[in-house]
Amino acid sequence: MSAPLLEVRGVTRRYRMPREALLRSPPVLTAVNDVSFVLERGQTLGVVGESGSGKSTLARMIMAFEAPDEGAVLFEGQDINRLGAAALRQARQRFQMVFQDPFGSLDPRRTVAWSIAEPLRVMRAEGIDRRIAEALDQVGLRARDGEKYPHEFSGGQRQRIAIARAIVTRPALLVADEAVSALDVSVQAQILNLLMDLQEDLGLAMVFISHDLAVVACICDQMLVMRHGDCVEFGDTAGIVARPRHDYTRSLLVASGI
Amino acid sequence: MPRLPVNLIIGAVLVSLVVGVAALSLVWTPHDHVAMNVRGRFQGPSDLYWLGTDQLGRDVVSQLMVAARNSMTVALVAVLIGGSIGVVLGLFASAVGGWVEDLVMRIADIGFAFPALLFAIMLSAVFGPSLTIAVAAIAFINIPVFARVSRASANQIWTREYVAAARAAGQGKLAISRDHILPNIAAPVIVQATIEFAVAILAEAALSYLGLGAQPPSPSWGRMLSEAQTLMFMAPQLAIYPGLCIVLAVLGFSLLGDGLRDITDPRLSRSRRA
Repeated sequence: MSAPLLEVRGVTRRYRMPREALLRSPPVLTAVNDVSFVLERGQTLGVVGESGSGKSTLARMIMAFEAPDEGAVLFEGQDINRLGAAALRQARQRFQMVFQDPFGSLDPRRTVAWSIAEPLRVMRAEGIDRRIAEALDQVGLRARDGEKYPHEFSGGQRQRIAIARAIVTRPALLVADEAVSALDVSVQAQILNLLMDLQEDLGLAMVFISHDLAVVACICDQMLVMRHGDCVEFGDTAGIVARPRHDYTRSLLVASGI
Repeated sequence: MPRLPVNLIIGAVLVSLVVGVAALSLVWTPHDHVAMNVRGRFQGPSDLYWLGTDQLGRDVVSQLMVAARNSMTVALVAVLIGGSIGVVLGLFASAVGGWVEDLVMRIADIGFAFPALLFAIMLSAVFGPSLTIAVAAIAFINIPVFARVSRASANQIWTREYVAAARAAGQGKLAISRDHILPNIAAPVIVQATIEFAVAILAEAALSYLGLGAQPPSPSWGRMLSEAQTLMFMAPQLAIYPGLCIVLAVLGFSLLGDGLRDITDPRLSRSRRA
């Protein structure tokens, strides 16, 4: 039995707040408290919670942007925080991220092709031009769009570019942090469809982070509900929607109108 | 096409004028700027000598032109050297963060608190007065200015999602600083460079006035001013011309810098505050 694609084991992340008084030790905010889950290949996990519930911190730990204070993030059986710099760099092509703000996730001074090729250059890949064109095609853009700059695209198109950058390394895991929240409702549906199509075609596993339980319920196999850094509920989406065990989940369900 | 701010236009005109005259002096001046004519001292403006001659009978226009070139060269070299070192330090501090960043910025604060003139006088006392020392002193005082500006701008860029995306791509801090941070802080750095150019012209004039900058016979606005000072009641125009040049050059670069800031960063604009 091989290791699951992603295993998050009891991760906790605390932030030191600014000092309130000179002689008192600064208060500590626990952004994520003892969260665990397992994600198998090709599956989708939805992480739901209101803003400030620790969803993004969890995403940042999965992406190895920051290390958990306790617990571990295991990707394909390896603790990503124990990898050396070079090994982590190599491992990064296997897990990629799509960010929330389609206007902030692309460098305004770089062409689309440059941005998409960034992970390929790091791993010194071959046939970069061909792979850029391929990735643009996969997200429904034209190859010559690569020569343009981000400001020439709409929000939805930019999110497609961001997705192209995320899949160009052929990752096994995609972390989407509020990837459709900033978009118009009609564009949201297009991007969600694109994500689901890509997931099917490429066999991607996905961690889909959203405050919108309706969206999560619609596309995710499993669901993790967070509140104030705690995991209040984790399990199959269908089961949770049908029989929520926690009051908070129930209130989210009512609010989302499912 | 949005309307350009007035300070940008005036600044650009003055700067082109000063830079143009300085460039022209490379190939042409009305007279040899060091040629003396003791009999023709203190002449008034004429067809031959447009602004007259000085106490040694040298042509004032030619001297002002060569002085402009010297002044531009000093300011350019000093701002380039000081700016490059400062930007690299600022990028480094921002990329590393933590106590290293604090340390670099506190050292920059000390550099800030140090008066430039005092530093130049100190260097001159050790190495003897020369143009090189003046350039070094002006470059040195520019380091903390640029370190501060670039670090503050870089810290903002580091929080952008495209930087996070670059990290997800596996880029290291050095590569991110080079590929993403530097191009995106270019605008505030260029604005600062333009303003510091004005400061550098003024500093060069002040140092030359004190005899710590350009050495004779190389003309300089500052030294022309100090030489004219003793003749103030006999030939006040000799002090007015270089003084006016300094004012126009400094004003030009200051306005240009302010104008550039207005169009690149409307939040900091003073003239367009609603």
